[in-house]
Amino acid sequence: MADFLDAAVDILTSESTYVIGALFAGLLLFAASGEWVAEKAGTINISVEAMLLSGAFSSALGFHLTDSVIVALVAGCVGGMLIAAIQAEMSHRLAADQFVVGLTLNILVFGLAGFLDREVPTNTAKAAVGEVPGLSGIPLIGNALFAQPWPFYLLYGVVPVSWWIVFRTRWGLEVRSSGEDPQSADVSGIDVNKRRRQTIYYAGLTSGLGGAFLVFVQIGDFNEGIVSGRGFIAIAAVIFGGWTLKGTVAGCLVFAGALSFRLSLQAQGYDQINSELLQALPFLVTLSGVALFAKRVEPPAALARPFIRGLK
Amino acid sequence: MNGGTNPQLRAAEWVGLYLLSGLAALVLSFVLVEATGGEWQPLLGTLVDGSLLGHGRWGQTLGAGAPMLLVALGTIVSSRAGLVNIGQEGQLQVGVAVAVYFGFRIGGPGPVNVVLLLIFGALGGAAWASIAGVLRYWRGVPEVLSTLLLVSVASQAVAYGLANQWLLLAPQTRRGNRNHVSQQLAEDNRLPNLNLFGNQIPVAVFLAVALAIALGLVLARTVWGFRLRMLGHNQNVARRTGVSATKYGLAALAISGAMAGLAGAAMLAGGGFQFGNFRLVPGFSSNIGWTGLLVALVARERAYAVIGVALVFGALRTGSGFVSSTGIEGRITDVIQGLLVLALLIPPAVMFLRDRRRARLAAMART
Repeated sequence: MADFLDAAVDILTSESTYVIGALFAGLLLFAASGEWVAEKAGTINISVEAMLLSGAFSSALGFHLTDSVIVALVAGCVGGMLIAAIQAEMSHRLAADQFVVGLTLNILVFGLAGFLDREVPTNTAKAAVGEVPGLSGIPLIGNALFAQPWPFYLLYGVVPVSWWIVFRTRWGLEVRSSGEDPQSADVSGIDVNKRRRQTIYYAGLTSGLGGAFLVFVQIGDFNEGIVSGRGFIAIAAVIFGGWTLKGTVAGCLVFAGALSFRLSLQAQGYDQINSELLQALPFLVTLSGVALFAKRVEPPAALARPFIRGLK
Repeated sequence: MNGGTNPQLRAAEWVGLYLLSGLAALVLSFVLVEATGGEWQPLLGTLVDGSLLGHGRWGQTLGAGAPMLLVALGTIVSSRAGLVNIGQEGQLQVGVAVAVYFGFRIGGPGPVNVVLLLIFGALGGAAWASIAGVLRYWRGVPEVLSTLLLVSVASQAVAYGLANQWLLLAPQTRRGNRNHVSQQLAEDNRLPNLNLFGNQIPVAVFLAVALAIALGLVLARTVWGFRLRMLGHNQNVARRTGVSATKYGLAALAISGAMAGLAGAAMLAGGGFQFGNFRLVPGFSSNIGWTGLLVALVARERAYAVIGVALVFGALRTGSGFVSSTGIEGRITDVIQGLLVLALLIPPAVMFLRDRRRARLAAMART
């Protein structure tokens, strides 16, 4: 036990923990900020896992074709939005069950990624590191936040923008009313399902970007198992955060901490701590985090309820 | 008011829509194969040969379909209660792990052991699903999320068990040079096969079909089934009539987990070469939990329809083993499966919207 505590102290005081943690948090934040917008409109979008994977694959394909990281990121967005299109049109135009569609998409995209990865050539690289002078000198967290490959800094745009469009635009007001009281929103002339579809497209955009981030910043390689449940952790972060963006960010940081802590323990050679159980740690942290906080918060009132005019 | 009232026309519409979307999914998969440089005719031929026409393949197809059917039946119970259990994959793994743990520690006559094995499997799956149930009704955690996260936890827990001899790992003398495998089930502790027309048909198939019929009757004809449906349709009505959401919801989740666990135990005791050869091995579940869930979704939660759908998915699965011989990546069957499920979600949604539009037009015509 003393060994373990020593290890924990070592890890908490080493800079690399924070660098790795920031990367994990980055991925979760891309996915979770889009997911948060979608949940504000009343959809629990579980296909975020598929969006991440699709974004990751598309970006690797885009890079193979053009050798440009910028094109790869755009391709990632397109890949995410393709999945979003299926999810949105099937669950909020055709009124199929959102969980069923999302789950099917997750399974389909997993198979598709495995199939295409072997049939279609892809290529990846790591994006160039851009250091913010001055800020990167902050001890312990400076390098983690300000000396990352450049796509990381998109986060500083995506998260505030997600907040801004939801709370400072007319569109955002309509999104929130679609999630809180779709009947009233409908009566006041808001096309509820259209707003919901749009938020899913937004989630596809940010998650696709997250997938590209995973490939070009965090890992530098593509394989079908690359996402391995992080999308679900992002959904959990939104619930953990009580459907506030602040809380969602906090959730991402906590869960990323668990992911990074696990890696660091292994990297520092504390192998006697069982690796299978460590693998499960992020999921256990997520689950207990949600269990602690789920009851204290108020979800959007119409969350996960389909809206069909005339049916309550 | 035309197709809405004429039952024959309606039935034709249903069948037509289903055929059309199923066909669209197949065509899309074949286009994908062609686009990546494969050919679709040999793929289709191999799938059909490998699952149905080849020697003894029927038995394999039925053997793969049976656990899917069991998982799907459990899914029906939970979704009738309005719960979204999507963690069958984990429940199955825990079920089979519990069955293995106790299965090698009880020493009774063979047939008794087999039955106990199945019971332990069901109990294990039920316990794992009940975690999600307790979190749902006690802590307000959406069961969609908890069942999903518990899948990852379950597979790591089983991997941990298989790495440790005091849990699931076989003693050195019983596993040869393999790591991470359990002991092999003794011959008299296995579920027998029936030999019909040159096919070895696992007994689990009959068990699964019998359970499907029983479940259909329970849901349609008993008070319990009625209350479960009521809970699923309208929580408020259920509460006012004295149906406890907690009690029925917990029971529904536990039963759906139990069926997944039972499927796992049946795969262990009667799956043979298809599933780990009577041992628990890494990757033992081979996605049967996920596929079973898809079966239930495609069959739109009807206890009898799942039998047919499980058969189709079982055939896809056994056929897929031969696909790589055509030079096409074997994962194509996962793609076909996914596209098929997605396509088959469309007809009910379209019909639902059409019925509503017709009803609205009719209402407008009256005024």
